[in-house]
Amino acid sequence: MLDSKIPEGPLAEKWSKHKFNLKLVNPANKRKFTIIVVGTGLAGASAAASLAELGYNVKTFCYQDSPRRAHSIAAQGGINAAKNYQNDGDSVYRLFYDTIKGGDYRAREANVHRLAEVSVNIIDQCVAQGVPFAREYGGLLDNRSFGGAQVSRTFYARGQTGQQLLLGAYSALNRQIHTGKVISYTRHEMLDVVMIDGHAKGVVTRDLKTGEIEAHEGHAVLLCTGGYGNVFFLSTNAMGCNVTAAWRAHKRGAYFANPCYTQIHPTCIPVTGDHQSKLTLMSESLRNDGRVWVPKTVELAEKLRKGQIKASDIKEEERDYFLERKYPSFGNLVPRDVASRNAKMMCDEGRGVGTTGLAVYLDFAEAIQRMGEDTVRAKYGNLFDMYYQITDENPYKQPMRIYPAVHYTMGGLWVDYNLMTSIPGLYALGECNFSDHGANRLGASALMQGLADGYFVIPYTVGDYLTNLGSFAPVDKKHPAFEATRKEVEDKVKKLLSLKGSKTVDDIHKKLGHIMWEYCGMARNENGLKKAKGLIQELRKEFWSDVTVLGDNEELNLSLEKAGRVADFLELGELMVDDALNRSESCGGHFREESATPEGEAKRDDEHFAYVSAWQYNGDNQPETLHKEELVFENVKLTQRSYK
Amino acid sequence: MSEKTMNLTLKVWRQKNENTKGKFVTIQAKGISSDMSFLEMLDVVNEDLTRKGEDPIYFDHDCREGICGMCSLHINGQPHGPKQGTTTCQLHMRSFHDGQTIVIEPWRAAAFPVIKDLAVDRTAFDRIQQAGGYVSVNTGGVPDGNAIPIPKIKADEAFESATCIGCGACVAACKNASAMLFVSAKISQYALLPQGQAERYDRAQAMVEQMDKEGFGACTVTKACEAECPVGIKLTNIARMNRDYLNAKFFKEKTIHS
Ligand SMILES: Cc1cc2nc3c(=O)[nH]c(=O)nc-3n(C[C@H](O)[C@H](O)[C@H](O)COP(=O)(O)OP(=O)(O)OC[C@H]3O[C@@H](n4cnc5c(N)ncnc54)[C@H](O)[C@@H]3O)c2cc1C
Ligand code: SF4
Ligand code: FES
Repeated sequence: MLDSKIPEGPLAEKWSKHKFNLKLVNPANKRKFTIIVVGTGLAGASAAASLAELGYNVKTFCYQDSPRRAHSIAAQGGINAAKNYQNDGDSVYRLFYDTIKGGDYRAREANVHRLAEVSVNIIDQCVAQGVPFAREYGGLLDNRSFGGAQVSRTFYARGQTGQQLLLGAYSALNRQIHTGKVISYTRHEMLDVVMIDGHAKGVVTRDLKTGEIEAHEGHAVLLCTGGYGNVFFLSTNAMGCNVTAAWRAHKRGAYFANPCYTQIHPTCIPVTGDHQSKLTLMSESLRNDGRVWVPKTVELAEKLRKGQIKASDIKEEERDYFLERKYPSFGNLVPRDVASRNAKMMCDEGRGVGTTGLAVYLDFAEAIQRMGEDTVRAKYGNLFDMYYQITDENPYKQPMRIYPAVHYTMGGLWVDYNLMTSIPGLYALGECNFSDHGANRLGASALMQGLADGYFVIPYTVGDYLTNLGSFAPVDKKHPAFEATRKEVEDKVKKLLSLKGSKTVDDIHKKLGHIMWEYCGMARNENGLKKAKGLIQELRKEFWSDVTVLGDNEELNLSLEKAGRVADFLELGELMVDDALNRSESCGGHFREESATPEGEAKRDDEHFAYVSAWQYNGDNQPETLHKEELVFENVKLTQRSYK
Repeated sequence: MSEKTMNLTLKVWRQKNENTKGKFVTIQAKGISSDMSFLEMLDVVNEDLTRKGEDPIYFDHDCREGICGMCSLHINGQPHGPKQGTTTCQLHMRSFHDGQTIVIEPWRAAAFPVIKDLAVDRTAFDRIQQAGGYVSVNTGGVPDGNAIPIPKIKADEAFESATCIGCGACVAACKNASAMLFVSAKISQYALLPQGQAERYDRAQAMVEQMDKEGFGACTVTKACEAECPVGIKLTNIARMNRDYLNAKFFKEKTIHS
């Protein structure tokens, strides 16, 4: 049975009461415990540093050469917090409400309220660390409105909020590495969880440099390993982002929640060709001043695609500012899922632009006229430069071309209120869990969640579990489970290295990406999903029979690293499809064509689907078991989202 | 945007591991689109090598957005290639022409040993940061974010220093393999902010000493680092670091002698 462990009592008091009720570990006893933290992004670095400060021994792992390079570094836009510094009506409750509504009522009220509560502490913490947030002339912190929020609650550091927050957490982590409380393992990939008597007691890792496969013991294991957007091959994630850690834990018994909830971000640079290795996001702050449009007619769009005319040749009355037209009150600032789906609709109608027809315009001409080019440069200069660098087109002179891309995964390991997965002692933090964003995440709230989990939630909740262990004894490293799990990983690596077929790992990964994008992307339907399921199963066979993995284990081995990750994506892909099939409603980022309003907007089905889907693994090629966690809404009224 | 296709000759550094000797290997890259990024060009080459059963070229990279600092190629004698102000992953093939020979090497510095092909070990940078690159505050119990106003000019300047992505191009560019630009950027970020004052001089001393221990060279102000830094970290940071380091020594001696 799923027990979400949501505390009793009024919403606003749940977290404080819970903190009081959680058992504490005596300061002198903390040093008797070792905690493994896999991942050093915002979630992992903040957790590791905070736990070490409390006195726990911590081991961290990341696959990059330095903890500082986790993909949190790439976040541009900003981080939300209910500080209400702008006196514009923000509050903890409003941030809570916006997040629940934005998530299309598919997140837990209690978790989201806690997130909103601790958001204010995050900003204080980061400022104290020396994170150089943007400031106003008076010297106080600056805020902007972001991602369609009606209040200005987003804190930012130019276009690199993620890097600055991560460097803050990394500095706190470094301080603890320096004291010896944290041991940091870089270029290490976690490949399995070690289970003893049903509890997580360690991990098995591969040293990417030497190939050494090693077991590490700990009293608790925290997975902070990020999102799985790379199942689509093309996404805004870093090349190494993977589902491996979460998936291997899933196979050991951790339920996987809402795998089909993926977020497709509307403002990315369109694909140019087959060589494309990743997609580049441009901060959606661009939608604050840019206007999205396509030509009104297919004929004009065709001429544009063939290069017979330029965007500037199209007269004002021949342009369709479709977001402003359809959503007069939110206009270009509708939430991400709505903006993305509408861009796809325009392209499906044949009104897309660019040589491929898979793009819409984001136009700054009006903004430049209104504010002047210098102001636009001051606000968006780095984004414009990046666009120019990649496309060789000057966005000051011609509209940008944008297209949606996979960006974030709301699904992830199921966790209870304490962030513990269905495996005792195994926790999931940050993007790797499913917890706070429901079916759609609001802009600038992932950074907030990662840091909330790491700085302010896990330091309390993990202690309760450790106390309940009833013993301070070190984990028995001689327990046969360590060697057995290590051996299983070693065998899997050997099996991968024995594959000598005709396809490269990327060949298969690209095919998987196409299937996922086509049938489990921005719009899904039953027939497509069923087809995808068959295609993925075939592709998985093709992988195990015809892929080639070169080289040896005892070296930096590109093919091997990729092969292990893609093998896991091939299994996850099928579960995503199963989940999307099961959820025959539309909600947030999950749009089922069968469930739409007459105007083509997403239609939720609260009567049948107000639950979290948590999937249990039952063995290779076996159907998974669905567990449902009913979502109870005591504070907000469920309404159909409308941005008209 | 006008896409062109080109054929290139690559001279790539191949080295099995830290303990073996490396050498240049010539590889033809055919049918490369000018719209590809430099790393996508290498992806194409690697796919070809893999199909032929040959070991793909190992190079470090992750975000491919110019921010993680993981990519690190020395291209035709320049760290991050011919274009100023960009990382290797943001360099596009339109910066090259059909028939060109491109020499690709790893960062060269004693403190950055090659671990395979084009990848080097940059953990020395982490150790320098661990020596003192932080403000010693624990989680919780800190003042409100707006309790200390910071003049915008100062905040912006600190931000400029904080933009360093830790790629190591400055070291690779320097004939002495000095890490001064990298170290001074971090020291400056904190030196410019009120939060960094309490430990300002100790920090400078600890980080500089670790830098020396790691075997990075001295700075002889050739300015090669500044020219190659993809995010434009300024030499003025080095001047600030040197001042703080001297101050640190001065204060220490004062405490000892008083
Ligand atoms: C381009 C981009 C822009 C974004 N902009 C914003 C924004 O403006 N605001 C916002 O709120 N959110 C934004 N997001 C989302 C946000 O950045 C992420 O959701 C968040 O940073 C994830 O943090 P994390 O700590 O959970 O994971 P990550 O930062 O992804 O860290 C994952 C860590 O796990 C490690 N790891 C993974 N697998 C393994 C393994 N098997 N073994 C060992 N280690 C492993 C990695 O090495 C890494 O250290 C953006 C995301 C992207 C991609
Ligand atoms: S100073 Fe510049 S070149 Fe040196 S590590 Fe930082 S970003 Fe790279
Ligand atoms: S790959 Fe991240 S900066 Fe180049």
